[in-house]
Amino acid sequence: MSVFLDQNTRLVVQGITGRDGSFHTRQMISYGTKVVAGVTPGKGGQLFDGVVPIFDTVADAVRETRANTAVIYVPAAAAASAVFEAADAGLGLVVCITEGIPVLDMTRVLPYLHERGARLIGPNCPGLISPGKSKVGIIPGNICQPGRIGVVSRSGTLTYEIVHQLSTQGYGQSTCIGIGGDPLIGTSFIHCLSAFQADAGTDAVVMIGEIGGTDEQQAAEFVTQAMTKPVIGFVAGQTAPPGRRMGHAGAIISGSSGTAAEKMAAFERAGISVMRRPADVVPLLKERL
Amino acid sequence: MNLHEYQAREILARHGIPLPGGAVATTPEEARAIAARLGGPVVVKAQVHAGGRGKAGGVKLARDAAEAAAHASRILGMTIKGLTVRQVLVAPAADIASESYVGVIVDRASQRPVLMVSGAGGIDIEEVAARTPDRIHRLAVDPRYGLLPHQALGLALHLYRDVGQARAAADIMRKLYAAVYAVGASLAEINPLATTPDGQVIALDAKVVIDDNELERHPEIAALRDATAEAPSEVAAREAGLTFIKLEGSVGCCVNGAGLAMATMDLVKYYGGEPANFLDIGGSSNPRKVVDALRIITADPTVRAILFNIFGGITRCDDVANGIVEATRQLRLTVPLVIRLTGTNEELAVRILTEAGFSALTDMDEAVKQAVAQAGA
Repeated sequence: MSVFLDQNTRLVVQGITGRDGSFHTRQMISYGTKVVAGVTPGKGGQLFDGVVPIFDTVADAVRETRANTAVIYVPAAAAASAVFEAADAGLGLVVCITEGIPVLDMTRVLPYLHERGARLIGPNCPGLISPGKSKVGIIPGNICQPGRIGVVSRSGTLTYEIVHQLSTQGYGQSTCIGIGGDPLIGTSFIHCLSAFQADAGTDAVVMIGEIGGTDEQQAAEFVTQAMTKPVIGFVAGQTAPPGRRMGHAGAIISGSSGTAAEKMAAFERAGISVMRRPADVVPLLKERL
Repeated sequence: MNLHEYQAREILARHGIPLPGGAVATTPEEARAIAARLGGPVVVKAQVHAGGRGKAGGVKLARDAAEAAAHASRILGMTIKGLTVRQVLVAPAADIASESYVGVIVDRASQRPVLMVSGAGGIDIEEVAARTPDRIHRLAVDPRYGLLPHQALGLALHLYRDVGQARAAADIMRKLYAAVYAVGASLAEINPLATTPDGQVIALDAKVVIDDNELERHPEIAALRDATAEAPSEVAAREAGLTFIKLEGSVGCCVNGAGLAMATMDLVKYYGGEPANFLDIGGSSNPRKVVDALRIITADPTVRAILFNIFGGITRCDDVANGIVEATRQLRLTVPLVIRLTGTNEELAVRILTEAGFSALTDMDEAVKQAVAQAGA
């Protein structure tokens, strides 16, 4: 079992002929993801690598290939528009890898998706992977192993670091989800925790947060109320100065709010085992399983 | 990107918000001329990206042009929170009957633009929020329809009993909301929104923060950037396409990915060291970026060891290794380098580094411990 993504995922790649889109499409296909279509306006009718049909619009791609999931690799200036298009085409899951979408664009995108019942993962995220089944995005497949640990994170390479610790010490993953480092994102920690709690293939969850906002505090509240599975948590940015954006647009301590210390305290109050460093993940999992 | 007050005022004025006139001066003589033109008492305000300007002596009232020049000569060149004042705003000193606060932020929890108003204006709104949260009124706006007239009036009636003044304030709120979307702001504040003794509602101070992701489609706003108000190393990093934030410690950090970069800094602290910087070389495999990164880190004299922490996914470890070798050819490194690489093309990277006389580790904790030890020596 897994969440959001499995063998039935039929993927359309928006921006399939771009530099990043073409590279990662090849990676996804070689991992086993069913990439059924690509979209690049003006290149409809061509084939990508002689295999994947390209369409001018997402609606065409969905009609012809029954795609049910989209991944977006288009540049920031066109990315919000690409999300609108995917939602209009009736896709239930839209994964936006693109970094740099203006936050005011997201204030318009999110209600649009909500009204159409579409789930957005990201933007500014590495995507997700259900090891051995399917991957959508850019998470390196070779560091993951099939298994029963759910991973959810606001980060990219930090997730890889922690997944690497899990895989090399015998803990495979049901699904790893990068929810993205922007202030406004489509899928929160709570959505993922709730999905992992309901997933029969997940025994425990590793949650990787960072400074900025209150998503971690709300997630801690959710864990108290609704989770029976063990949760291990990490918060990056204990040494981050206030008022500065630490790379991710959403990683900023505003005034005295959004610090790592307050998030770690909220985790502890909720019974989440708190990692002090990435290498703590496996020892803490062993305690809780 | 932060804007100076005078820049924020120009944006609001362009959107029809009433503001007393004023102009920016870089010399006492210019300040004198502006004050003489305005006539009457003026306020001279330091233009730096820092709060608490008043407390630091950067805001002074002047009765006439001569006094304005005298204040300007004291304020220009003064340092406020580490930033040198190079410009002052000279504006008419308005008589004030009351002060309120009006702001627009993009709220993460509701995922909407939120209007915030408070009768407690002229002071730090975060303090008001912490101490007397019931004195702040909030409204989450549906961005498809914008701030509707009755919503703005409802908020304004929290501030003014007089319906004429409430209407004027509501009009200002709607213009402020429109300005946010027009320039791509992540925050816009009027603090204080003031009433004059003759009953007019005017904006006296303005703050606008621009979402960095908007700069590409708003070149006219991007051109407002004041590079002299930023640390030179951060300007250099931005020009090289790197995200760099200078800190006070001695362990220079060069990492791929923002989350891993933060976790690396935290681990430096965990093992008893202090990070010298945050630096994300990004996800691309460009050896040039590594050269630029090392150039920026080594320019900091407080750095006593440099730690590379690379988790190769999209970033290829061999590209980073080539970048390190190339950089050490170009730059004279006087501090030890500790390199940790794992992931894509790790074996190739280790070979490249070994041939160039470097050693490389694969364990993050081990690398951080070594870097901290080297920086302490």
